[in-house]
Amino acid sequence: MTHTSTSAPIATDGFVLHDEDRAAIAHEREHYPHPQAASIEALKIVQKRHGWVPDAAIEAIARELGVPPASIEGVATFYSLIFRQPVGRHVILLCDSSSCFLTDYEALRDAFFAHLGIGFGQTTPDDRFTLLPVCCLGACDRGPALMIGDDTYGPVTPEEIPTLLEGYA
Amino acid sequence: MSRILQDRDERRPETHPLTFRLNDDGTPVMLDAYREQQGYASVERAFSDLTSKTLIDELKTANLRGRGGGGFSAGLKWSLTMQGEGIPRGYIVCNADEMEPGTFKDRLLLEQQPHLLIEGMILAGFANNAYQGYIFMRGEYVDAARTVQRALEEARAAGWLGRDVAGSGWDFDIALHTGAGRYICGEETALINSLEGKRASPRAKPPFPGQSGAWGKPTVVNNVETLCNVPSVVLHGADWYQGLSQGKSGDGGTKLYGVSGKVKRPGLWELPMGTTGNELLERAGGMRDGHTLKTWLPGGGSTGFLLPEHLELALDFDTIGKAGSRLGTGLIAVVADDQNVVSLARNLEEFFSRESCGWCTPCRDGLPWSVKLLQALEAGEGERGDIDLLESLAVDLGPGRTFCAHAPGAAMPLASAIHYFRDEFERGVTRGQGAAHADPIPVGSV
Repeated sequence: MTHTSTSAPIATDGFVLHDEDRAAIAHEREHYPHPQAASIEALKIVQKRHGWVPDAAIEAIARELGVPPASIEGVATFYSLIFRQPVGRHVILLCDSSSCFLTDYEALRDAFFAHLGIGFGQTTPDDRFTLLPVCCLGACDRGPALMIGDDTYGPVTPEEIPTLLEGYA
Repeated sequence: MSRILQDRDERRPETHPLTFRLNDDGTPVMLDAYREQQGYASVERAFSDLTSKTLIDELKTANLRGRGGGGFSAGLKWSLTMQGEGIPRGYIVCNADEMEPGTFKDRLLLEQQPHLLIEGMILAGFANNAYQGYIFMRGEYVDAARTVQRALEEARAAGWLGRDVAGSGWDFDIALHTGAGRYICGEETALINSLEGKRASPRAKPPFPGQSGAWGKPTVVNNVETLCNVPSVVLHGADWYQGLSQGKSGDGGTKLYGVSGKVKRPGLWELPMGTTGNELLERAGGMRDGHTLKTWLPGGGSTGFLLPEHLELALDFDTIGKAGSRLGTGLIAVVADDQNVVSLARNLEEFFSRESCGWCTPCRDGLPWSVKLLQALEAGEGERGDIDLLESLAVDLGPGRTFCAHAPGAAMPLASAIHYFRDEFERGVTRGQGAAHADPIPVGSV
């Protein structure tokens, strides 16, 4: 999947892990016999604070865990919920799997494209929303389903999109 | 967010071991309420009456088969786990990475009854001499993660986890590990790699995880629903558990079945293993008005299509297997007669293509190729020979050609779609000598 963004230039110089994030990463490490196991969680911790994971953060996490930067980079590029480019304030994950497909996902997707004026992997010019497809959300009894941030919704009709998005400034 | 569509009156302890405690309003059953309803009683029984061997024997006799879709005997899997003198103690990993298209059952158990899973994992830890458990949960299950984390803290505070579990002298704890996307994490060896903080590519087998899994130690990976079945087997015995399927199936127990698609009442029901598709569809209120059933997937995107006449079959591993498909997760997705099978096959193959880890050539290259062919057929621009090519691709994606079951899972709906609905595919062939020029079913009519 390609991510394109209209956001400001990427600033990665002088990246320092926040003290709280270092503590959170240290806490996660304790759950595993090897520090590398905390890499995905560390990426998620950094992403939670910054919205995405800049290159310099990869190196900072690698130093923190004592594993090669290439390992962190490999993990960061593998997983679809780790963002390597800036995203909007709210990430919309639209389920595109079979049960939602069978309950009119494509009409909902097209309505999102039209309403937001962007396609998958893109961010609105006001940096409010990024739109991404996602694997079956396990909400098939409420298809078509989607997530905005941590919230799951379904079934959602194209007509409901404006009201649904109002809650996300 | 998932809801059981059976009232509390119907869900009895003696018939619905997975769901009898669930609240009608969907709020989670936490420790106090759980304890009042036989909660953790199986752990007490195991510590007082059972050994690792007798527990595993009981599970084998119960014939509890893996509810993640594979259908492998849980007792047999546990009996193949290395343990004994000089062998390091290993791990119990719960596969809570529910992402199989059309599957929403583990979400229910995780969000509403986390202690049943913890209880099952303690029994698994005891039987397999593990010292640590991990719940590998997909990152999108935010509410489930919060509830499970709270339950783990409750269980630890009450002495069911940690040092000297319930005065047994045995140490066992569980940590929650949340993922960051990618369907392939649900493959058990990919899941182990992901748990170790690596890319989620599957591993070559052997060695199997039971010999060398997470960090090289013996590791048991079981699905959420599978583990949630273990407490009732231990508490009430294998014969009782076998009886739950009421003679509808050779397999024991109940199953969390579900229906999605254009039905009146999509949802989940705990029913005897071997319940028929007809009964399930009836519980879902039948098709929505104006729709009739054309075909259905019995248990996820990686199972083969079946016809309406197959609804009379028992939904169990052997019966659905004999009909040429797989039970998979047992949550059926219905396709209405005005929905285009070529479009749906394209949607499924796009999913598998995107989610391939890229290790094996048939999967990495064959799946995008199948998507291209399906897109052309869907657009009415297919060439003569495209359907044969898709069929041959389905063979090349089949079992034995790749390290894991991802590609065979993708091949099954593709091959069966062509097998049952070849005419719909042929309508998309408009190029090449003698090509048909019939009007295709409108694209996107689903």
